[in-house]
Amino acid sequence: MIESHSQLATYNFAYLDEQTKRMIRRAILKAIAIPGYQVPFASREMPMPYGWGTGGVQVTAAVIGPNDTLKVIDQGADDTTNAVSIRAFFQKVSNVQVTTKTTEATIIQTRHRIPETALQAGQTLVYQVPIPEPLRFLEPRETETRKMHALEEYGLMHVKLYEDIARHGRIATTYAYPVKVEGRYVMDPSPTPKFDNPKMHQSPALQLFGAGREKRIYAIPPYTEVVSLDFEDHPFEIQTFSEPCALCGAKGSYLDEVILDDKGGSMFVCSDTDFCEDRQAEGHRGHLSANPAQAAVNPAEAAE
Amino acid sequence: MYVAVKGGEAAIRNAHKLLADRRRGDRSLPAIGLDQIVEQLALAVDRVMAEGSLYDTELAALAVKQARGDVIEAIFLVRAYRTTLPRFGYTKPVETSQMAIERRISATFKDLPGGQLLGPTFDYTHRLLDPELAEDGVVETPDHRVEAPEHTPRVTDILGHDGMIEADGDMPEGLETGDLTREPLSFPLERDLRLQALARGDEGFLLGLAYSTQRGYGRSHPFAGEIRIGEVEIELEVAELDFPLTLGRIRVTECQMINQFKGSSKQPPQFTRGYGLVFGQSERKSMSMALCDRALRARELGEDITAAAQDEEFVISHSDNVQSTGFVEHLKLPHYVDFQAELDLVRRMRGEHERRESENSETKEAAE
Repeated sequence: MIESHSQLATYNFAYLDEQTKRMIRRAILKAIAIPGYQVPFASREMPMPYGWGTGGVQVTAAVIGPNDTLKVIDQGADDTTNAVSIRAFFQKVSNVQVTTKTTEATIIQTRHRIPETALQAGQTLVYQVPIPEPLRFLEPRETETRKMHALEEYGLMHVKLYEDIARHGRIATTYAYPVKVEGRYVMDPSPTPKFDNPKMHQSPALQLFGAGREKRIYAIPPYTEVVSLDFEDHPFEIQTFSEPCALCGAKGSYLDEVILDDKGGSMFVCSDTDFCEDRQAEGHRGHLSANPAQAAVNPAEAAE
Repeated sequence: MYVAVKGGEAAIRNAHKLLADRRRGDRSLPAIGLDQIVEQLALAVDRVMAEGSLYDTELAALAVKQARGDVIEAIFLVRAYRTTLPRFGYTKPVETSQMAIERRISATFKDLPGGQLLGPTFDYTHRLLDPELAEDGVVETPDHRVEAPEHTPRVTDILGHDGMIEADGDMPEGLETGDLTREPLSFPLERDLRLQALARGDEGFLLGLAYSTQRGYGRSHPFAGEIRIGEVEIELEVAELDFPLTLGRIRVTECQMINQFKGSSKQPPQFTRGYGLVFGQSERKSMSMALCDRALRARELGEDITAAAQDEEFVISHSDNVQSTGFVEHLKLPHYVDFQAELDLVRRMRGEHERRESENSETKEAAE
């Protein structure tokens, strides 16, 4: 009935009905109880497309309460279009407090990054996951990969990493780098750059992973061992950048390359916009920042 | 000096405003009404209802209008609405042998009880563009049969009596029919869930797979045993009542494919079946569904699985167009971070490559 359309427009708090939330919470509890194990759940169609964060949105919708403060990032930034869209969605359907500050947020929904600022106990990081199965590109069949997990049969993954080394001289996986959780399950950390993998290890925050299209939820409870797969003679290492952030001068943060002209000119800036802005507010300056006159506020850094 | 790009919020707002403008188009033309879409673009509405898994012509028409005629977008709109609806219960299986038939054909028998009834079909129309349709000309009233419709048993029931064709089969005791919108799929599937997935699967995808079985990739020697289109009653059993409650009628298209089967150690040679049932009028979809259903029974019937159409996990995992379009189109979202990681890796590897090259040429020169 179209007549009742105006009534249809009322949705439950955080969009999902309470039965669905209960179902998702059960899956989350199971996921927390078995760290790194992919729990199937009856993922719903959401009002945004599959592949655009429906898993993360369902997890957030199931755990969010009226007193929460939500931060949403995509590629580390609060103002990328999809992050803006998801934040606006939760403002609309749950009317919660939103923030861009990592330290103020109780729930952070993310696509492909972990904030640079260390997370605290009590915070929940919700990852949007496209392909939850770390073995998927080695074995496309779910029936097979579930067996492999059950039998802890991860030799294929090590062979893949070894073949990388044989062919390229190094492990050629730069993002979605597989980890082993609490010595048992091999897990896909979602397509975060491997730079972020160490942040997952022994994190005081709860980490939840939602894959809507693939209908899987998994979790890393606080203070859990998360080890990136490697070999003794080829230990895991993270990306390093040869120059600091052009805006805040940070070294040791993950940087995005920004093309400046069509002659090959480019600059590197923090992918975590909140981290970068905080540093600039504290007076840190990079060589291309808005107020280079203050670039010498911290001479030690400028000299570096 | 560099100022970081901001303003995703304003950009989104403006984009949506422009989209609304383009959707409406030229304001000097009258806006298209939902009843016009329901009546005159009925097959688009049917497809949206079928793959959106929600039988409501007005909502489907609204979705078609809102989606500017993009059918998959409309299906997505309907799905996202449907998923929020509470589930009151499950209706009884529809009785298609009691269908109020509008079209019924069989390719396996020249005549049969109930007869052949062409109905409103594109078949045998010559596909010549009709300039008269550009104007709102007078359309003749169709003829209606005067005699009461005779009983029209399903072809498979007629053939079933002598065991030539496999029977409908019995539901195992205590089996609860699955619901793929309420439970995650876990492979291998039983046929109930598989048929649900096919019923909401993308018409184009299933059509292509069905075609592939005809061209030899999992050949199943099909005959269109029967296709029927018409209205069936929807009945719900209510705890307090002794009789089922009729909720109304819906239009469906049913296709029963009859396929050769050589028999196995357990079963004598007999014809097997593939089944298709779709909301609204869609022969293409129901026939494709029936061919895919039969191909996917390979495991059950002990046939070799050699082709894509027989591979359940492959077919069912990729048949949902809302899932497919979401994931394909998500490539539009920013991937700067991962791309940066790959850039870095390729740069390093190129650096090493160049170093090796120059070392090689130096040793060559030294040797010369």
